[in-house]
Amino acid sequence: MRHVISLLLENEAGALSRVSNMFSARGYNIESLTVAPTEDPSMSRMTIVSIGSDDVVEQITKQLNKLVEVVKVVDLSEAAHIERELMLIKVRATGKDREEMKRMADIFRGRIVDVTESTYVMELTGSATKLDSFIEAIDRSLILETVRTGVSGIGRGDRILRI
Amino acid sequence: MVLTGAEIVIRCLQEEKVEYLFGYPGGAVLHIYDELFKQEKVRHVLVRHEQAAVHAADAYARSTEKVGCALVTSGPGVTNAVTGIATAYMDSIPVVIISGQVPTGAIGQDAFQEVDSVGITRPCVKHNMLIKDVRDIAAAIKKAFHIAATGRPGPVLVDIPKDVTAQKCDFSYPKSVAMRSYNPVIKGHTGQIKKAVQLMLDAKRPMVYAGGGVILSDAADRLTKLVKALGFPITNTLMGLGGFPGTDPQSLGMPGMHGTYEANMSMQYCDVLIAVGARFDDRVIGDPAHFAQVARKIIHIDIDPSSISKRVKVDVPIVGNVGDVLDEMIRQLEATGERPDAEALGTWWKQIDEWRARDCMKYKNSDEIIKPQFVIQKLWEVTKGDAFVTSDVGQHQMWAAQYYKFDKPRRWLNSGGLGTMGVGMPYAMGCQFAHPGSPVACVTGEASIQMCIQELSTCKQYRLPIKIVNLNNRYLGMVRQWQEFFHGNRYSESYMDSLPNFAKLAEAYGHVGLEIDKPGDVEGALREAFKRKTDLVFLDFKIDQTENVYPMVQGGKGLTEMILSSEDL
Repeated sequence: MRHVISLLLENEAGALSRVSNMFSARGYNIESLTVAPTEDPSMSRMTIVSIGSDDVVEQITKQLNKLVEVVKVVDLSEAAHIERELMLIKVRATGKDREEMKRMADIFRGRIVDVTESTYVMELTGSATKLDSFIEAIDRSLILETVRTGVSGIGRGDRILRI
Repeated sequence: MVLTGAEIVIRCLQEEKVEYLFGYPGGAVLHIYDELFKQEKVRHVLVRHEQAAVHAADAYARSTEKVGCALVTSGPGVTNAVTGIATAYMDSIPVVIISGQVPTGAIGQDAFQEVDSVGITRPCVKHNMLIKDVRDIAAAIKKAFHIAATGRPGPVLVDIPKDVTAQKCDFSYPKSVAMRSYNPVIKGHTGQIKKAVQLMLDAKRPMVYAGGGVILSDAADRLTKLVKALGFPITNTLMGLGGFPGTDPQSLGMPGMHGTYEANMSMQYCDVLIAVGARFDDRVIGDPAHFAQVARKIIHIDIDPSSISKRVKVDVPIVGNVGDVLDEMIRQLEATGERPDAEALGTWWKQIDEWRARDCMKYKNSDEIIKPQFVIQKLWEVTKGDAFVTSDVGQHQMWAAQYYKFDKPRRWLNSGGLGTMGVGMPYAMGCQFAHPGSPVACVTGEASIQMCIQELSTCKQYRLPIKIVNLNNRYLGMVRQWQEFFHGNRYSESYMDSLPNFAKLAEAYGHVGLEIDKPGDVEGALREAFKRKTDLVFLDFKIDQTENVYPMVQGGKGLTEMILSSEDL
């Protein structure tokens, strides 16, 4: 089962390694991990996507909570939530492909953010599956580079993760 | 008051009432050692290897209710300390380790004696921190002691670069620590405790399974009171020995891989299992799938939520400090005025007594050759069961745990989790410092003792009158036993050739050494050793080379699949 775990942790040197270290030391898996400071610069928000049975994910959240720098942990996938990921993708855009790429970007509600005579850089956001579909939909041979941020998640409505 | 970083470190240790600081100097900690020199409150103990410094600090903590403290230099000082830190971590022992680091400007430059101490120790500490500003030292040390001692205890490392110990700032020691990210649960949930009490009252075949958490939270008195009031059978794990009097008839001895037949059978076939500060580890319950074959209700008290339902699903989890939870249990039990069904309990005890009648701890004594079990039994008699006993790791550790009946907590010091050979003598040192007038015995083997043998020198310097009980069978006994059972008697590298003459070695260090090879001399030698109140006595017992530890549950097997003697092989 895929789980989206969200946590608040102290924005301190070493906090990230402590989290990633715990995953590798205990043999848990990380599909993606994103982290950045929150509106309170002393605190960071992290989203981890992991795959594991319910027992394993229960242990993951407990082990995360045990880390001294971790303030709060929730498993977002337990209830309604929103996931978004950002992708920057550089494609070859020449001849008839140039028009086609523009059209694909529009269909996926992406934006072209850099243009040269032969390339586009497109920005797309959405769920991880939407970004996967975009990659599937365009001609593989035209992809020059992709950069993905990994998933960020937030609970819907009154589900709020803060201290 | 403006002080240097080094002065601040020492002032902090004084504020924390650190009695003994176990350590070893080196370049990065010279400023701190200079300040140590100028004061008398914190007494420094110079070990001969940093591993022993951390073990001794760990033993100081295990045998008291206090936090142990060690000081090491950067680079190899820290890497040598890692075994000690990991040992303390696995057994949840509160220790603060101060380590020197190369100057801040040199960090990351591959400087002399530089190692990423925070990185290297991260997986085996409860917490660690690198101090980059002199103004942070006091708060960091306060936090370190707080984190080490509260919640599930553990080692905390504070890494301080040399230049930071020379910088100056205004000093005031924080009175308290407030951390939004660290607030361990102390009181158990009263509703959960109520459910647990009801289950215990309704139990027909109850069993109490108590671990090291009882010792760590100083709850042996409460546990004893509760178990006595209920009349339940109890088993204490390797880490929990002394949490309930070992000589009491309600005690079934130790459970697990080398546990008693009656303890393991009762663990398996009870209908309500009350786990108190224990963690269902592989050496205790064996194969979890086999353990789960029998239906039973499990109550689990533990301060660490991640210990609950980790290997075994439990029915009534209670997160909290063992002592506080037991207090509330006793209060609620008394409030109900009820007691468990005496008839059912009587039938259950009858069954247990049948299991007990197997007498799984019997062994064939000999007039010719010294049996290790006999040495431990005599040690128990000679010390009237009231010594502090440390052990190393292997067969002798199991015999000590099986045949020395601990009636009090914090009397038995061993590396249960990590299984670190070499802890025995440093543990005896830390313990003897904490309890200067008390008898301290180190039960060891000829292999383990050599892993920290250099500490005989420390023992001489500080005149530590510890008694080393060396069960010398010329083999890595436990390795040999496994090779005999599971590897067709191929004793690959488990024979200890070229052993020193231990008695003479002890004498070379300025101690007393005795060699004993006749069963008739065992008791006399032990009496002689303990009579020498000011000498370290190294007792080298030449024991039966072929003796094995029974009962035994093979790794990965079910708890009740026990080998009781060589006849079961």
